[in-house]
Amino acid sequence: MRLCRRIARGRPAGYNPQRMKDEMIQILRPDGKLEKGRKVSDIDNSALVEMYRCMLLNRRVDERMTKMQRQGRIGFYIGSVGEEAAIIGSAMALEKSDWIVPCYREFGAGLVRGYPLYSYFCHLFGNDEDPMKGRQMPNHWSNRDLRLTSISSPVGTQIPQAVGLAMGVKIQGGKEVTLVYFGDGATSQGDFHVAANFAGVYSAPVILLCRNNQWAISVPQERQTASKSFAVKAQAYGFEGLRVDGNDPLAVYQTTRKAARKAREGGGPTLIEAVTYRQGAHSTSDDPRAYRDDAEVEKWMQRDPLRRMKSFLIRRKLWSEKKDQALEEEFAGLIQEALIEAEKVGKPPIDEIFSDVYDVVPWHLREQKQELLELD
Amino acid sequence: MPKMNIIQAVNDALRLEMERDSRIVIMGEDVGKFGGVFRATQGLQEQFGESRVFDTPLSEGGIVGAAVGLAMSGLRPVPEIQFADFIFPGFDHIVSEIAKMRYRSGGQYPCPIVIRTPYGGGIRGGHYHSQSPEAYFIHTPGLKVVVPSDPYEAKGLLIASIRDDNPVIFFEPKRVYREARGEVPEEAYEVELGKAKIAREGSDVTMIAYGSMLHWTLAAAEEAQEQDGISCEVVNLRTLMPFDVEAVTESAKKTGRVVIVHEAPKTCGFGAELSATINERALLYLEAPIYRVTGMDTPFPYTLEHDYLPNVKRIRKALRKSVSF
Repeated sequence: MRLCRRIARGRPAGYNPQRMKDEMIQILRPDGKLEKGRKVSDIDNSALVEMYRCMLLNRRVDERMTKMQRQGRIGFYIGSVGEEAAIIGSAMALEKSDWIVPCYREFGAGLVRGYPLYSYFCHLFGNDEDPMKGRQMPNHWSNRDLRLTSISSPVGTQIPQAVGLAMGVKIQGGKEVTLVYFGDGATSQGDFHVAANFAGVYSAPVILLCRNNQWAISVPQERQTASKSFAVKAQAYGFEGLRVDGNDPLAVYQTTRKAARKAREGGGPTLIEAVTYRQGAHSTSDDPRAYRDDAEVEKWMQRDPLRRMKSFLIRRKLWSEKKDQALEEEFAGLIQEALIEAEKVGKPPIDEIFSDVYDVVPWHLREQKQELLELD
Repeated sequence: MPKMNIIQAVNDALRLEMERDSRIVIMGEDVGKFGGVFRATQGLQEQFGESRVFDTPLSEGGIVGAAVGLAMSGLRPVPEIQFADFIFPGFDHIVSEIAKMRYRSGGQYPCPIVIRTPYGGGIRGGHYHSQSPEAYFIHTPGLKVVVPSDPYEAKGLLIASIRDDNPVIFFEPKRVYREARGEVPEEAYEVELGKAKIAREGSDVTMIAYGSMLHWTLAAAEEAQEQDGISCEVVNLRTLMPFDVEAVTESAKKTGRVVIVHEAPKTCGFGAELSATINERALLYLEAPIYRVTGMDTPFPYTLEHDYLPNVKRIRKALRKSVSF
């Protein structure tokens, strides 16, 4: 009977975010002041400013692209509003030669690596200059030169791949670390557990970053797990699990930095749970007002990572409202310019349906292409 | 030339290729110290070390998923799935990831992985050690599907698969793993992917088969010649995707009658695709409907497996039906 009630309420006994609050790594408070006894280390002033720049650009790109979808100019969009600290803080903690294995919500990591906006927009349009040649829906970008792997929609598949990648680097005697992103929902997939198990068994140089944004479309985090946190799951696989304030870019940065150093020195994997919040919809196809309260969203907007980082930089005298205004204008221009150019590009040719299925187009695909071309 | 069975030929191919290319790694359940439950990887860990031949946790999803990452890192993984029946926990990674990786990344991430797996019935294995799941993979764009029938083909096709830059599902006919013996050149050689072999020339009926069924098809052809006076041509496909459409079509045109033999269930089995292709290309040459001798559209049975599987009797019946149509 008690169990029934618990199921009805949907909150398992072990899961208690409030209790876990004390066990969360924090450096910046929501108002941008440093937590007591904490200091900023392992990062220089220009990188701090760069971090904010990436976060702001990520936000503005997301906002603009969501509008583009509403205008019918792109087919679909997935943003990361509110999660920029978790994404950019962690991506910046790596070396450029390290591998990043994203899911579809981490274009911020692409920005950290210098993924060109024009190329990204071409991908969103699925046009002839899209590096993915118009084959994937928006937000499924990749760039091998920047060590950003290919994205698929089924949730969690990237996690064992990332562990394999880390194993492969290790086998070949490389020093590069692999960082893989996934959401709280992905921890319910077999792939997460399989991957964590492999990571532990082979002591793979990998960082599993669970971006806990608390919602898997409409299903809240307490329906994903009865564990007291997501970080605690690492224990079962024999490695460290850390819980960090995912809206605190410095806490995410320093925690990831430590995990990367450990991995590089042969210390094996780390699971990092970055506790953040998906302020927007899951995607442009979703309406979160149907399943969550505005009050909850409002509460998390007060903990917004951008505002926090900006206040911090201003306090440190590294930033000003004036500089902020100038940066907003710069970004608006950059986005507009790249967008205008990208929107001019036409569709990929029919050939692109058939190329890259195999290294060489086999007879049956040649025939099918011919049939299609003969229609014209 | 040394005589080998299929297991030895597979082992030989792996050894030679690993000596040639240091990027090749072998992974799977029991493949390391033990050398695989069928012994196909015997001695390889000893020769190449634990970083190139390694046992994995018991997880086919993990084996295939991790193989994708190994390939991204620049290696050329050759994972073993212990039985083709166990491949399904890794199915998502094969059909959604490996098969689509080159395409979806615009050619940035090729996925040169060869998944070796023993398939097929007739070994008292019941549901889960007997199935022939090739059609699922043939149906998935981006994969090549290869099935050798004897030691010579096993070695040459496996070497060609490993050197190919596309993902290959390599089905090994475990029913004849040890029975099928033959001469195999000592050096490395390739049997070209996508090319069939005319295993027997004939003039009345074309039979198309692959893997272990080739042996029963040839036996049926022999008996049909001797006892029924039917001259059979037998096309051994070797590669199912992409298959040798010319060899199939030419033979069908030559004889005008076609019987297809495979172990997998009939509905949507590869025979259906072969039949449709022949109809599209050689309809006016045909003297009879194309017949299929296949496994049943049922789960694979344990006790009655030899009634379920195509055998000489069933194949000969189809031949008689074809010539008397």
